[in-house]
Amino acid sequence: MYPKELKYTDDHEWIRVENGKAYVGLTHYAQEQLGDVVFVELPDVGEEFEMGDSFGVVESVKTVSDLFMPVAGKIVEINEGMEDSPEAVNEDPYGEGWIVAIEIEDKGQLDQLMDSEAYQKTLE
Amino acid sequence: MKNRDLIFEKSRPGKVGYSLPELDVPQKDNILPDNLKRKEPAPLPEVAEGEVIRHYINLSQLNHSVDNGFYPLGSCTMKYNPKINEDISRLPGFAGLHPYQSEDMTQGALKIMAELEKYLCEIGGMDRVTLQPAAGAHGELTGLMLIRAYHKHRGQEQRKKIIIPDSGHGTNPASVTMCGYETVEIPSDDKGCIDLEALKEVLDDKVAGIMLTNPNTLGFYEENVSEVCRMVHEAGGLLYYDGANANAIMGYSRPGDMGFDIIHFNLHKTFGTPHGGGGPGSGPVGVKDKLVPFLPNPMVEEEDGKYFFDYDRPQSIGRVRSFYGNFGVLLKAFTYIRMMGARGLKQVSEDAVLNANYIMEKLSKSYYLKYHRNCMHEFVLSGKKQKDEHGVTTTDIVKNLLDHGIHPPTVYFPLIVEEAMMIEPTETESKETLDNFIEVMEKIAKMAEEDPEKLKEAPFTTPVRRLDEASAARNPILKWEPEE
Repeated sequence: MYPKELKYTDDHEWIRVENGKAYVGLTHYAQEQLGDVVFVELPDVGEEFEMGDSFGVVESVKTVSDLFMPVAGKIVEINEGMEDSPEAVNEDPYGEGWIVAIEIEDKGQLDQLMDSEAYQKTLE
Repeated sequence: MKNRDLIFEKSRPGKVGYSLPELDVPQKDNILPDNLKRKEPAPLPEVAEGEVIRHYINLSQLNHSVDNGFYPLGSCTMKYNPKINEDISRLPGFAGLHPYQSEDMTQGALKIMAELEKYLCEIGGMDRVTLQPAAGAHGELTGLMLIRAYHKHRGQEQRKKIIIPDSGHGTNPASVTMCGYETVEIPSDDKGCIDLEALKEVLDDKVAGIMLTNPNTLGFYEENVSEVCRMVHEAGGLLYYDGANANAIMGYSRPGDMGFDIIHFNLHKTFGTPHGGGGPGSGPVGVKDKLVPFLPNPMVEEEDGKYFFDYDRPQSIGRVRSFYGNFGVLLKAFTYIRMMGARGLKQVSEDAVLNANYIMEKLSKSYYLKYHRNCMHEFVLSGKKQKDEHGVTTTDIVKNLLDHGIHPPTVYFPLIVEEAMMIEPTETESKETLDNFIEVMEKIAKMAEEDPEKLKEAPFTTPVRRLDEASAARNPILKWEPEE
């Protein structure tokens, strides 16, 4: 449910660093709380955000919530698949359901995030 | 079920529901330019008059309304709408008025607008009120435009932030964005009220104002409201009162006295006029003296017993609505206020609060209450207990309410309560209706315990069962198209 190789935020985003960029998405818990996701509003490639800034919006049948940057960085890729199949957030939150890829500004900020175990503790 | 066929699906070629007399004047062709003409006839349904009547009567009977059942939709104040309001608004002298008639011919209508304004000023503790805004959110936008005009006039255009607590209504941040402002959200404290420390942190010379409901969305009176007003004023901001929850305070407490500068009223909530599609709505905005010059044009004034529209107000933000607002709705609210009288309105709020507390206390035994303290006109119950213990969600619970002829409460809002059910009974329900609701909710709690799998399939008796909301939102079919 909460892969060991990811880092997690209080706002229920995950981040995975790979080949110089980092993928960001919503956790299993977040997608379960949201219910069926029907729309994801994405930022533009090239936009820059601070840690904790809202970079997009996720809309489900129940509610609308902001998406927050786990760490500061620049958007280098967005998941184009979100337009036609936002349900990927529900069905495969750590795979097909990734939302953006970013170039991290300061890798040191990753240390402020939670590991899988610490995140799961916050859910109890 | 035949009843649910669309009117288009009932169509049969050649059927007609009308007959026109034969043409007895010379026919004129080519009146319209070619580019405005249809290439082929519109695919309108072909049905007989009787079928049309049955179609729409059957559809209307599938509706749930406050006239045929309990409707505890939190934050919407679904009170009974007295039918005398309709009678008065349909008097031929009012119904036949045209807004282009001269002031001489419309003195009665102008007088009613002036008097309604006075009543709303008195109820809200404000100095003047514009009747133009056509809905609550329209009132919010108007109020924010007034805030902007005020700061601009004082050379404080850098003020662009509006503070909204996390329990605020969703329309608040939307209106802020519409106005070109930026929302700053602050958290609630552990009692469900504004966190003064959090407020202090965001106050600076960029703050244009704060938007609050009081009682707030959790149904609690903001005990520190005077302190909030003092702090925001000291920082140079203005205070906006979202009147969505005004049904709780009439005659007991006035936003103007609390320290607010601006208020909108929802006539369709507090003052017994119909909601939404059956409305339209109406969202008059009241202000304190310092904001009066900016109110929309025109204002109704009186001089020597003669009423007139005053357009000579150079600092006005201009019109926010064609003509003078939803006049028919204003009439209904005027009638409501006159029928209730000052003491009656006070009784309204007293009974609304009593009814909500009665249900809350009774249901706190079978459901989880995140904040268990005296509420005002509404409260937020949670389906968390049922979810944790039996895997049944708030959706499942409220769908079953439909089987008992009760409209579900507002659900999954406010966002700060898990599995939220926001319940507002209003003052117009009898003890028998409240008891029936309590009994039904207890029955559902029992079903969650004994047969959760069955409850997940509710509703059982409605014309359509569980709808696929996700598909409807992802791939909405917005218009009927003939089959190829």
